[in-house]
Amino acid sequence: MSERGLQRGVRSVLRADPRKDANAALLSNFEVFQLLTDLKQQRKDSGKHKQSSGQQNLNTIMYETLKYISKTPCRFQSPEIVRDFLIAMKGHKLTKAEKLQLLNHRPMSAVEIQLMVEESEERLTEEQIESLLQTVSSILPGNPEEELQRQATMAAEEEGDPE
Amino acid sequence: MFVLVEMMDTVRIPPWQFEMKLNDSIAEELNKKLANKVVYNVGLCICLYDITKLEDSYIFPGDGASHTKVHFRYVVFHPFLDEILIGEIKGCSQDGVHVSLGFFDDIVIPPESLQQPAKFDEAEQVWVWEYETEEGAHDLYMDTGEEIRFRIVDESFVDTSPTGPSSTEASTSGATEEVQKKEAPYMLVGSISEPGLGLLSWWTNS
Repeated sequence: MSERGLQRGVRSVLRADPRKDANAALLSNFEVFQLLTDLKQQRKDSGKHKQSSGQQNLNTIMYETLKYISKTPCRFQSPEIVRDFLIAMKGHKLTKAEKLQLLNHRPMSAVEIQLMVEESEERLTEEQIESLLQTVSSILPGNPEEELQRQATMAAEEEGDPE
Repeated sequence: MFVLVEMMDTVRIPPWQFEMKLNDSIAEELNKKLANKVVYNVGLCICLYDITKLEDSYIFPGDGASHTKVHFRYVVFHPFLDEILIGEIKGCSQDGVHVSLGFFDDIVIPPESLQQPAKFDEAEQVWVWEYETEEGAHDLYMDTGEEIRFRIVDESFVDTSPTGPSSTEASTSGATEEVQKKEAPYMLVGSISEPGLGLLSWWTNS
């Protein structure tokens, strides 16, 4: 397979050699986060010519992707948390893609669940949506500072309005 | 958002890299070739995941470098249809709202997929959602830098490989290159016309 020329400075299309499988597996944001952090550590440790023009593209994409993923809930996750989450999700009968979206986004409201789960009005009752939200927020960790803030405001509300 | 793609390629290792371990030099070459590049009908390649198989290396007459056929898996950005993503608004134009993910910029939400009714404010060059309640209409501005949640509704790959000199045009070669529009090799079309989609600040419970 011959390589066509590249336009400098523009992300261009390469004719890849025969793709065996364009969709071998879906990756969660957490897996990509782990992979990139390990790769960054490896490259820092080896310390060789990272600045050579060939490596610049890899540096750029790694930096930007890490920057984006670090703002998502996956930065608080670990392999055990992901495994526990998938085990807990078994009972809810969701597709792989739906579970992946819940894992990546950590929805906190019913509206978000309805976006990620197809035909949620027909497949899930209100109690099921509630229990889904409970599972998500209990197993998947959120931002620790926001969690403390939320617990503080919830405790304050309860004190003011005892039921 | 990310998928693993199995690919196969022949990697050329020049003689001055023979001292490196073969796996390392192959990984470096593959990343140099594919990282941050769009592969037609596959997606935006991020980085190498692993090498699954290395076949025998050959040296051909006239070239001192070794050529090795490699089977490997690459991490590729390729969101599936109807996936929900969160990005940042880069700007607005008549074509719609332009959203970026930092590492990927070519996402556009066309005017018909915005929360209706929407109008384009020419003075500030922003799209506005005219949200109606009993109290009256609120104008919700889609400002640059705001985080926005959207759904992928379409994607398009454009083959941007060079097509060779055009023999029919009589103009100078320099001018024709400027005129050619730089098309994004991979473009995503989004939509925010559902409850829950749009600026994150529109839907927070506080």
